[in-house]
Parts: sequence; C-alpha cells; structure tokens
Amino acid sequence: MILDYEILKFVWWLLVGVLFIGFAVTDGMDMGVGTLLPFLGKNDAERRVIINTVGPHWDGNQVWLITAGGAIFAAWPLVYGAAFSGFYFAMLLALFALFFRPVGFDYRSKIENKAWRNAWDWGLFIGGAVPALVFGIAFGNLLQGVPFHLDELLRPYYTGSFFALLNPFALLAGLISLSMLTLHGAIWLQLRTGEPIASRAKQWAKVTGLATIIGFALAGLWLTFFVDGFRVVSMPPTDAIPNPLTKEVVIEPFAWLANYGRYPWTLLFPIVGFAGLGYAVSLSMQDRAGLGLIMSGVGITGVIMTAGAAMFPFIMPSSTNPGSSLIAWDATSSHLTLTVMFWAAVIFIPIILAYTTWTYARMWRRITVEEIEAQDKLAY
Amino acid sequence: MLDSTMIELSRWQFAATAMYHFLFVPLTLGLSWMLVIMESVYVMTGREIYKDMTKFWGKLFGINFALGVTTGLTMEFQFGTNWSYYSHYVGDVFGAPLAIEGLMAFFLESTFIGLFFLGWERLSKRQHLMVTFLTAIGSNLSAMWILIANGWMQYPVGAEFSYETMRMEMQSFYEVMFNPVAQVKFVHTVAAGYVTAAMFVAGISAWYMLKGRDLAFAKRSFSVAMGFGLASILSVILLGDESGYEVGDVQKVKLAAIEAEWHTAEAPAGFTIFGLPSNEDEETHMAVKVPWALGLIATRSLDEEVVGLKDLMREHEVRIRSGMIAYEYLQRLRNGEDNAHNRGTFEDHMDDLGYGLLLKKYTDNPAEATEEQIQLAVKDSIPEVAPLFWTFRVMVAAGFWMLLLFVLGFYFNATRRIQDKRWLLRAFLYSIPVPWIAAETGWFVAEFGRQPWAIGEVLPTSVAASSLTAGDLMFSLSAFVIFYTALFAIEMFLMFKFARQGPSSLHSGRYYHERQAQRLADGDAAQGAGPAPSSSPAQQRGD
Repeated sequence: MILDYEILKFVWWLLVGVLFIGFAVTDGMDMGVGTLLPFLGKNDAERRVIINTVGPHWDGNQVWLITAGGAIFAAWPLVYGAAFSGFYFAMLLALFALFFRPVGFDYRSKIENKAWRNAWDWGLFIGGAVPALVFGIAFGNLLQGVPFHLDELLRPYYTGSFFALLNPFALLAGLISLSMLTLHGAIWLQLRTGEPIASRAKQWAKVTGLATIIGFALAGLWLTFFVDGFRVVSMPPTDAIPNPLTKEVVIEPFAWLANYGRYPWTLLFPIVGFAGLGYAVSLSMQDRAGLGLIMSGVGITGVIMTAGAAMFPFIMPSSTNPGSSLIAWDATSSHLTLTVMFWAAVIFIPIILAYTTWTYARMWRRITVEEIEAQDKLAY
Repeated sequence: MLDSTMIELSRWQFAATAMYHFLFVPLTLGLSWMLVIMESVYVMTGREIYKDMTKFWGKLFGINFALGVTTGLTMEFQFGTNWSYYSHYVGDVFGAPLAIEGLMAFFLESTFIGLFFLGWERLSKRQHLMVTFLTAIGSNLSAMWILIANGWMQYPVGAEFSYETMRMEMQSFYEVMFNPVAQVKFVHTVAAGYVTAAMFVAGISAWYMLKGRDLAFAKRSFSVAMGFGLASILSVILLGDESGYEVGDVQKVKLAAIEAEWHTAEAPAGFTIFGLPSNEDEETHMAVKVPWALGLIATRSLDEEVVGLKDLMREHEVRIRSGMIAYEYLQRLRNGEDNAHNRGTFEDHMDDLGYGLLLKKYTDNPAEATEEQIQLAVKDSIPEVAPLFWTFRVMVAAGFWMLLLFVLGFYFNATRRIQDKRWLLRAFLYSIPVPWIAAETGWFVAEFGRQPWAIGEVLPTSVAASSLTAGDLMFSLSAFVIFYTALFAIEMFLMFKFARQGPSSLHSGRYYHERQAQRLADGDAAQGAGPAPSSSPAQQRGD
C-alpha cells in the first residue's frame, strides 16, 4: 500500500469525476448527435451521414458510462446501491432509452423501408435525449439532497417518489445537461459532415450553446440563493474506517459556496465552464469546429467540476436524515480495493486513450451524402 | 423484513434479464474467434471467399452483438437498482472485477467492434485482422472478469466480514482472481460459447448445402465450424463445471441437489439417471441408478464420497444456531459495546453470520428466532431439487447430442462426403437451438443451485434485495418483458432474413440470389442496380 487511505479516497473522488467527464465528452457527444438526428437530417441519406460520423465510435464511447458505473460500484458501493435503488424509475427510464442505441445504430440501415428507418431514427433520438436529461435531473437532485436514510445495518431506504425528482431546479439541471451535450454533438457534426448538414449543425450549436450558458448562469444563481447546501459539522478522521453513521451534518444556506470561499482557486471551474462554452460557440461561428469541439469539451469539464467542487466531500447528501449523507470520506471501499482499482485505472486509462485515439484517427474524414450513396451497403 | 413478494419478483426479474442476456453472449464469445480464423485465412491466402465469409458471418455477429450490448446494460444497472444491499455488502469485492472488466476488456471489445464493421475500406488487411482479433480477445477477457465476479458469488474466497463497515472486505485480490471455481467456470463457459458459434455456423451452412446454393461458401464455413466445434465440445464435456464442485459448501449442496442425493452414499456413488425428487419428503422417488458413475463424474475418483443433502442440512442447522450468536454479538458491537469479549465471541461465530441471516426472512432479529423459524431456515438452506435435477440432465443430454453431431460431421467432412449425408445436414440445421438450451439450463443449474444464497454462505438472496415495493417490481418486470419480447422479435426477424439471403446479402454480385436475379435479367439493359461483380462467378464455384 504505497498510498495513504486518505489520499486514495480523494483520488477516487477525482477518478470518478474523470470517468464522468470522459463519458460526457465522448458518449455525451453521441447522445447530442442522437438528439439532433431527426432535426438535422432532412432525408435518409443525410441521416445516414449523421449516424456514420459516430457509427464506429459510439459503442466504445458508451463504455465510459459503463465503467463509471462499475467504478462507483467498486469504489463507493453504498452510493451505487442507494442512488440506483433510490432513483429506481429514473434509472430504468435512462436504461430503457439506452436500449434504443445499440439496436438503432446496427439495425436501422439493414432494411430499406422508410417507416422502419424513421422509427429507429426516433429511437436514436430517445436514446440520446432521454439519458442526457435524466442524468442532469439526477445531478440536480443530488445538489438539493435526496430523501433517504440508512438503518443500523447500513441498508438504504429511499422515501421520495419518482415525480418528486422532477422538481424545477432538477429540471433546469436536466435541460443544461441536454443542451450542453447537444452543443457538443452539434460541433462534432459541423466538423465531420459535409453541406448542408454542417451549416445546420452550426445554427444548432449557436442556439444550444447560448441556452447552456444562460442555464448554467441561472442554475448558479438559483443554487446560491434558493438551494440550501450541506455542511459536515463533525466526523471521524478522513483516514478512518468508513462508517457513514458517525458524522454530524447540517443543512444551511450558502453551504455549497463554502469550498469556493475556502479554496478560491476552485472558482476557476465555473470560469472555465463559461469560457469554454462561450469560446466553443464563437469558434463554431467562425467555422473553426476542430478547436471548437475541444473547447466545448473543456466547457463541459468546467460545468461538471463546478458542481463537484461545490458539493465536495458530499456525494449523495440526505435531505431527510443529513447524518446518513454519503461523502467521499465515509462511503468508500476498503484501502485494499481502492489500491487495486487505482492501479487498474492508472494502467488502463492511458492504454484506452491511446487506442481510442487511433480508431478516431483511422476513421477521420468529412462524411458526405455522396460517400454514403457510393457505399450504400458498407455503411450504417 | 422485506416484502417477500417483492423479493420473489426481484429474483424473477434478475433471472429473466440474465438468462435473456445470455442468449446473445455465447454466440459473441465463439463467433468472434471464428471470424478471426476466417479472416486469418483471408489475410494469409488472399482468397476473397474468406473475406466474404468474415463479412457475412460478421453481419450475423453484429445483429446478435447489438442485443448483447443492450441487455448487458441492464445487468450492470440491476445490481444497484434491485440489489442495493448486495451492492453495499459485497461491492468492495464484487465491484472490483466488474470495474476492471470495463477498463481492461469491454473498452477493448467495444472500441474495435465499430472498426470491424465500418473499417473495411479504411484499414489495411493486417490492421483489420488485428481489429477483429482485439474484438475477440476483448469479449473473451470480458467473460473472464464477469466469471471471476460470478465465481466469487459461488465461492467467496479472499474476503472477510468487517463489523465496523458492515460488509465483506477484500483481503487478497490474488485469491479472488485465481478462485478455483472461477477458473473452471471460465473454461466451461467460453468453451460452451465456442460450441454455440460452431453449431450456429454449421447449422446455417448445412441449410445452404441442403438447398444446393453457394456451395463453396457453405462448405468452407462448415469446415471451420467442424474443427472449431469438435475441439470446443470436447473441452466443454471434459472440463465440465463439476470439477469445481469439490470446494465450498454451496458447491457441495449444488452437486447433491443435481444428483438428488439425499443420503450420503458410500464411495463411489451411483448416478441417478431418472427419478422424481421431492423437497417435501426429502426423498427421490422411483430413482434409477447407474452404479459408480456419480462418484466418477463428481469427484473424479473412486474413494471420495458425495455428501447427501440431509447430512448437509444437519450441518446447516448447527451453523444457523451459531449464526444467531454471531448476529447477537454483531448487534452489540454495532451498538458501541466494543470490548474484547464481544469481539472475541463474534469472531468465533463470524463465519456463520450468513447462516444467521437466513432467519431474516422470518424475523427482524435472528438472535431471537424461535425453534420453528430455525427449522424453516434449515429447509431453506438447500435449493429446490427437482428443477436442478432435470435441467442438469437436459444440459448433459444436449452436450452429448452435440458431441455426436460434431464427431459425425467432422468425419464426413474430412472424408468429403458431408454433402451426401442429408440426414446429418438436416440434424445440424434443426439442432441450432440446442447449444442455447444447454447454455441456459447450465446457467440455471449454476445460479438456482446457489440458492438460498446471493453470495455463498455469506449473504442470503432474501437479504440482498433493495427496499422497493412489489408494485415497483411488477411495473419494471412488465416493462422488461414487453421491451425484451419486442427486441427479440426484431432480432429474430433480421437474423432469419439475413441467414436466408446468405452471402448474397453482401451485394458482391457473386452469390446465389444475385446470380439468379442476373440470370432472370439476362438481356435486360435495365439491370445494374448493384455494383458490378468483381470476379466471375465461375471462378468462385470451384473447390
């Protein structure tokens, strides 16, 4: 055990963040593309162009989501159990929506039938837009605290309802997530498709980019003035054996701003969020979609880190029994498991990034309607 | 206490979605290697027909793979959504192989699968072969990590309960990884997947031969399937899962249940070839036994005995009573009475805590269970015998049926007489579902045979579920049934459509349906919707 337990707990908070950001900038982009599919593609060939820009990559990208889920299971088992069972119907909604993607991508163009293809196009839309919305809504609820508690044997009980998740602040978070990923998808399409799709994508990038920036600002103000945060009053040392029932937590106004006051450099996160998104839109307008795509990725990273930094060390605060809140110090796995998983991540994430880059490089080109028509039977 | 209807429905949902997922997994595991074989021949010899084989079987592979991915998502979500206490209780151990599966295997498989389908024009021959190979390696490594996780559920080594964190904690990653149960499971499961793929390719190729179309293509595909299939079926049978049944109580119970052995018989035990097992009477009625066979199958020896269920239940009763003490002292420790006596007593009984938790089904406080509740828990400590007895026999029969087919198929194929043996070709065609029957019954035996445990001797299934309501489960289970049925219908529709079209679906102009169309259109100037054939049909026919 080269690394302290305390350090590993923090590193795993960061690594889960890395996996979520990896998910948002890769698979999130595919979800944005799916969301735009029925609107940007006016006919079958155009839709196939759009689908084929992500065709070779969406499956690998989706593994960021799967691995993020697996990492939460392994690093924060109680969070995994409490969040997935608490958000039962929301999770199933996202899951059923995700079903449309593997089959949608693979089956859509196998049959030449307008109704068949049109149905799958809407399936891909659902598979993109619904999870993007649901994950944002889930984040919005985490920021407000979730009605759950743990019994003495650490069994989680959720006492809210599905519809309670759909409160105004959470819906705003959902819309930010949806528009942010749609922006990312739009810039990708601007970069990888020929006309007339690229120009349409550019228009969408402008609209969704501005919507994201306004939404992000609005949510910031809302969070500051109308959403009470959580604060740990007392807890065991950070390197203690994890036990989420031995701390004292209070709910109070402005608590989510405390980290920004204590570590002013964290204010960089919202700044990076705004700057990245704004710069991305501006680059897209100047037809510099390549750098624009990187910038929207940077913006997404800033937005996610903003929420993460506000909540740290909270992962899943409890609104009904604050002491049951799950935090980065007391919801983690054992020292050994975190160590093993740390090395697995350190070894494999660079390898994954390397071969993923290779696949993007091999498949890189601007896809046009002419190419799709020429390769009718080869493409998706 | 959790609602028992909810637990029952959670089990149904998990069983249904897991077995459904496993309709698609075995074909992926095996067909990916067959694609590697076909494409390697193409790269080495440069013969286009092997490229067409890779592409065509790859198309069917893709139709199957899409649903494998779809239904695999459910499996990951479900541990959290429906088995949240399980997630908490064993996530420290069970989560690690799942997460590593993502990092090491699933990323690899999923990143390259897209290039397998869409990269033909953009990669060199060798690069594409490497992509196919990495997809196959990725899917098989993925199976390895999942089976390490599953093996740990059957035989939880390398971990210990901690009363401070109220969960199982990993003690040795090495032991978890090299769990003997996981090892045999991996070999048995992937080999079963290879058999599935071989039967699939052989059955469809046999149909083309029966129809007399695309013979060169069908014969070559059939040959690959025979070599691959015969080797695989021999591994499945010789390296059967039972070799892992020597370790751990759960495996012993499973073995006794499979054989409906209520009483410990003297070694070597006889194999019950027919019987009507009854949990109620603790007896197998009308049993017909083959002397010695069970002892040989189960223990691979003539002098080790197979312990009977009644004896195992007697052992369980002792452990349940010990588990009650463990539970009582666990409560004291959790309430802060952390002293040497309480800790010592708890540690003495800690290994039986899981048995104490079996009582949770009947009382909130197992430490105060009544005699009647203890007896109920003892009855619960073994699975229903009859379903295991029968599914195991179905699996074994399916396995030997396929062995027979592959031996005959291999022989007649090697002696170039396969095309005349229409009865054998027909047998291959109609036996396409057989490997799936074997795989599904096999998993049923493995998982149903583990009951009442979610994690062997550690966590009962009835304690592992989430705190949901029966209504929640009825809703979600119905949604799964509706969605999955629709997806299955769509998948089968595409599978049949493309299997019927055969290699003509590649639109190379070289195969049966397109040649037929061309013949009909002879002299018709309007012909020419598809790309021109790149080589003459005659060239492709000879073999």
